[in-house]
Amino acid sequence: MQEGIVLSMHRICKAFPGVRALQNVDFTLRKGEIHALMGENGAGKSTLIKVLTGVYPKDSGQVYISGINREITVKSPQEAQNLGISTVYQEIMLCPNLTVAENMFIGRGNYRFVNWRSMEEKATEILTKLNIPVRATQQLVACSLAVQQMVAIARSVDMDCKVLILDEPTSSLDESEVAKLFSLMRELKSRGVGIIFITHFLEQAYEISDRITVLRNGELVGEFEVEKLPRIELVTKMMGKALDDISELQNRKASNINTDTAPVFEASGLSSAGGARTFDFKIHKGEVNGFTGLLGSGRSESVRAIFGADKITGGSVKVEGKNVRITKPKDAMKHGIGYLPEDRKQDGIVEDLSVRENILLALQVMKGFFRPFSKAEAEAFADEYIRLLGIKTASADTPIKSLSGGNQQKAILARWLLTNPKYLILDEPTRGIDVGTKVEIQKLVLKLAEEGVSVTFISSEIEEMLRTCSRLIVMRDRKIVGELTGDDMTQLKIMHTIAGEAAQNG
Amino acid sequence: MDNGLKKFSRSQLVVPLFSLFLLIVFNLIRDVGFFSVIVTTNNEGNTVLSGNLISILNGASELAIIAIGMTLVTASSGGQDISVGAAAAIAGSVFVRVLRENQITMPIILAAFLAGCVVAIIFGSFNGTLVAAFKIQPMIATLILFTAGRPIAYWINGGATPTVSSSLLNYIGSFIPGIPIPTPIIIVIIFGVLVSLVLRFTNLRLYTQAVGINERSARLTGINAAGIKLLSFMILGVCVAISGSIGVSRIGLINHETLLLDIEMDAILAVAIGGNSLGGGKFSLTGSVIGAYIIQALTITLYAMKVSSTAVKAYKAIVIIAIVIISSPIVKEYALRLRGRLLGKPKEVTENQ
Repeated sequence: MQEGIVLSMHRICKAFPGVRALQNVDFTLRKGEIHALMGENGAGKSTLIKVLTGVYPKDSGQVYISGINREITVKSPQEAQNLGISTVYQEIMLCPNLTVAENMFIGRGNYRFVNWRSMEEKATEILTKLNIPVRATQQLVACSLAVQQMVAIARSVDMDCKVLILDEPTSSLDESEVAKLFSLMRELKSRGVGIIFITHFLEQAYEISDRITVLRNGELVGEFEVEKLPRIELVTKMMGKALDDISELQNRKASNINTDTAPVFEASGLSSAGGARTFDFKIHKGEVNGFTGLLGSGRSESVRAIFGADKITGGSVKVEGKNVRITKPKDAMKHGIGYLPEDRKQDGIVEDLSVRENILLALQVMKGFFRPFSKAEAEAFADEYIRLLGIKTASADTPIKSLSGGNQQKAILARWLLTNPKYLILDEPTRGIDVGTKVEIQKLVLKLAEEGVSVTFISSEIEEMLRTCSRLIVMRDRKIVGELTGDDMTQLKIMHTIAGEAAQNG
Repeated sequence: MDNGLKKFSRSQLVVPLFSLFLLIVFNLIRDVGFFSVIVTTNNEGNTVLSGNLISILNGASELAIIAIGMTLVTASSGGQDISVGAAAAIAGSVFVRVLRENQITMPIILAAFLAGCVVAIIFGSFNGTLVAAFKIQPMIATLILFTAGRPIAYWINGGATPTVSSSLLNYIGSFIPGIPIPTPIIIVIIFGVLVSLVLRFTNLRLYTQAVGINERSARLTGINAAGIKLLSFMILGVCVAISGSIGVSRIGLINHETLLLDIEMDAILAVAIGGNSLGGGKFSLTGSVIGAYIIQALTITLYAMKVSSTAVKAYKAIVIIAIVIISSPIVKEYALRLRGRLLGKPKEVTENQ
């Protein structure tokens, strides 16, 4: 193996029944490099990582790691760990009720007795060395997500790791937390650790990585130096087609709003036990609006209150001008409201049920307990929407949990489209999914609006909201602090409103 | 055809059916005539069927019915109801009390059964409310009735273990004149048909599974999750009342201490042997019913082998451990890999063109 290379994977192939997940993929990682692994959902990023860490056996191909002169075969994650390959997943897999130090040392070494003092001292030493702002004796659950993430990394790094894999580490972090994580990554880089960074965020990939490897449909598209790869080219490579659709999206909005009739939905003084403080809100037919604000600003809580997902503690609601009571999701559904929840895994999918059952669930509930759809009807509905939204699944009978994130999201979207809603709430519909699907979802939102559906669209990516929404509601500390429309809708204005400063001219 | 076979080999019914098959083969090797059914005349002068097969089918009736309810409770709440034996004693006591205070006629028997049903449903709702509304773990919630149930049953008949004798009651507990099949078997069949009709014409299966798999998602699609859990406990109440009434009718007496003693553990086992996850979610009622028959067949086999009734439980435990281990995902995965190697299954990678 060449000097300076810690890991090289050569012509890796892996197939699952019916799918070729990886075909002749090459990947090399240099010492002290941050290497972004990018691609749409289903491109094969996760499969490649799982082959590397021994979760899946590879069908063919070779893996080499520095320090070992022959080909290696990793049979289990434990073995990968011993070879110096560590993975930190998006969901933090530590024990929340143990301390930071305990989490860093648990399951390591063959000791029967624990010297707490030396363990804590050692943990403190590592934490200070890596500039992680936490005490070793603190309970992990009391730390912010970013710090927990960093503790997970510290744990891996301390185990003499040559290759550190970060699987979407930033998707649940806010900006300042991302910055902290990045400084840790740079620190590790300077110590010679090779880092594989999997992310959907283009900006982050450009900010921190040295090289980018792009996969598409299980094949290697190429390996690029970051400086030599313009963003638009990266997106094109990931999607495999030119991305002129995005610009086309703009200017289609704002033309279909109908303000002559009563608003489709109007709330006054609405509040919930789930954390929505008293707020007023209305949306017109064919309008797309958005809630924006930092994490925890109350945007999700507000839409949950609209849908009756949390216990309502006050306020009144009108649907198309008529007073109605919405105290539970089913009430909202009866009035034509659909809600795609923020947390797809916990609140969206029903893991073990089939794609078909997942798609049909909401419509079936509206039809009634005593009136199940016939098998033929169910199949027709599901097949129609699987085709319409291009959901990639082996069959409608496949359990939804075996689909990729983007396809799961599409299935949940199908669930609500099928109910033919008048007002659709989409809370982070594009989180953790690839660029191509993101654009598809944005286009779909605008198409729905043209057809007269009102949509509330929430996203952490402001550009996305600027493209789709014609009105933005800005929240801070669980309160609505501003509303922006038309020319006021700029990144700068939004930032100022969020920050609470008077918007500067220009 | 090949596809259907493949689908079956992945179904959760494989292990229970295979275990049942093994048990049958074992018995046939031991004694070719083990399952032979003979036609005899019983004490009342009816022509009836008898033999080990009939005793297995007959004896498992109460267990099969309760296993059905237990499966629904398990699926929706991810936990088990351990108070079914105690609740059956209560329902049985109510059944007897109504019978004793009236001239026993068919309508009165029906009324007594319905009274038992209502009481069992009320106690089921009590369990269900603790689980659904107060979010208490099912086993802990039902521990209350498990402890208090038999004393309550004692109190219903004033502390006595009264007998009720009527030929009409015999019809339920043993045979209806002119029909050679024991009535409990017929009741199981009727109940099974009823339940499958309910599953066919309502969304009970979909809702129960959705709630059991992901309660939060289910709620956000408009399903009344607490209601579904409560409903499953109420259905189990009905099952308990039916089984309690059969149990009483068999011997024409209510003994609140021994009626369906330890049936809760057998019912949970039946659910597990049937390939159902005790953590809730997807379920197969057929599997649980097969599980119930496996347990009964095992008991009868052991008795036929002259194992003393005290020792039977220990032998049962060994067999059950074996079944549960065979159906564990680890063994299943291993078996699949072994099969792949033996058949030399071609790799699913296709050549590059």
